[in-house]
Amino acid sequence: MSLKKKITLTVNGIQVTAEVEPRMHLVDFLREDLHLKGPHLGCEQGACGACTVKVDGQIIRGCLYLAVQANGSVVETIEGLTKSGALADLQESFMRHNAMQCGFCSSGMLLAAAELVEKQPKASREQVREWISGNYCRCTGYHSIVDAIVAVLDARSKGQKIKPVVANA
Amino acid sequence: MKSAAFDYVKPGSLTEALGLLAEAGEDARLIAGGQTLLATLNMRLSEPSVLIDITNVEELKGITLDGKHLRIGALVTHTEIEESDLIAKHAPLLKAAAPHIAHRAIRNLGTWGGSLAYGDPAAEWPACSLALNATMIIHSPSGERRVAASDFFIDLYTTSLEPDDILVATEIPIADSAQVFCFQELARRHGDYAVAGLAAVAQKQGDMLTQCKFIFFSVGATPLMAGKTQSWIDGKNLNEQLIVDAVKTAREEIEVIADLTNSAEAKQHLVGVLLERALKQMMA
Repeated sequence: MSLKKKITLTVNGIQVTAEVEPRMHLVDFLREDLHLKGPHLGCEQGACGACTVKVDGQIIRGCLYLAVQANGSVVETIEGLTKSGALADLQESFMRHNAMQCGFCSSGMLLAAAELVEKQPKASREQVREWISGNYCRCTGYHSIVDAIVAVLDARSKGQKIKPVVANA
Repeated sequence: MKSAAFDYVKPGSLTEALGLLAEAGEDARLIAGGQTLLATLNMRLSEPSVLIDITNVEELKGITLDGKHLRIGALVTHTEIEESDLIAKHAPLLKAAAPHIAHRAIRNLGTWGGSLAYGDPAAEWPACSLALNATMIIHSPSGERRVAASDFFIDLYTTSLEPDDILVATEIPIADSAQVFCFQELARRHGDYAVAGLAAVAQKQGDMLTQCKFIFFSVGATPLMAGKTQSWIDGKNLNEQLIVDAVKTAREEIEVIADLTNSAEAKQHLVGVLLERALKQMMA
């Protein structure tokens, strides 16, 4: 049964129409058909958070969501959100706090962090830890990631900006 | 692609969904949030021939206040419950429990009805629905029926839902000002399945708790009500000795089952720990 379904969705602001097998996960569709390699594939069973993308404004697991389910939806990935600047201060803060080593978890981590900053602008350090408990990092030990997110919450609450690590020439 | 091939249909109404389900029989699976189903498909624990996506069915959506009851549609997500003002006011136990469910990205899709229909003994909503005397509203091609939560959870992953049934919504009596509650869950990592958990609700009158409901989850094949413990506490002045006796009663009456990593002894001990914490919190 390889009956393909036609889907139309908006990915990073661009309307896309494709034919997909119902069993194709959204993250596979993004990576293999649209060549967006930012969302990563880790566990493929919803545990690690590496495949986090946004659908209709909310973060979801790209491996627990089918491409056919995204028909008619607005999908955003790390590529689009980087380009739009939505993650700029979080990205600066991740660099400033060395909140990554291999970078495998970073796209998912940044998208999860962005929803926290939006939904719980007054989150405590403990709430940050709880929020990102759904995203595995195997390098940093998490403290630097929590530091980076807390720094953004702090800066935003004071109306400040995160200073770029690399000054613009 | 991880899962076996399947077909996919997306009905636009409850009638259409019921028709498709009746037609496809037991080879079909309903998909709402899919946060359990997709994982089981990925692991090939389940190989349905067709997924019926019910997320366009309006009758299954929304949280509404109807006199003395809250109606929670089957498609309401864990995040919606977490953020709903109606829930916070009229069913605060659910607001307290919601953040314990997995992680935000999963709560954004996973649904109230899906969790109830799946009947996972480690899940939060089955226990909460029992603690709050919920009524399940179920539709089948032959019409609507209502099932009390206490008659709904039958065994491990087994509910009273028949193959052609769709859980449409749940009705919960709203909390009054005397209601006290406590939601406790012990897990190795935040968001993981509980080693043991407790959903507790009661009416508080001075130093007494009445109409107690203590529902333990992730300790047996279904969420388990501590009936003897409830009766023991009900209407008595709550003091240190009563708590000690209640903890003993709960450890005796709850028939725990070990899981892969936790022994029955450990879980039995935790039943008492959770109850003691809950009683102290509810009387504080």
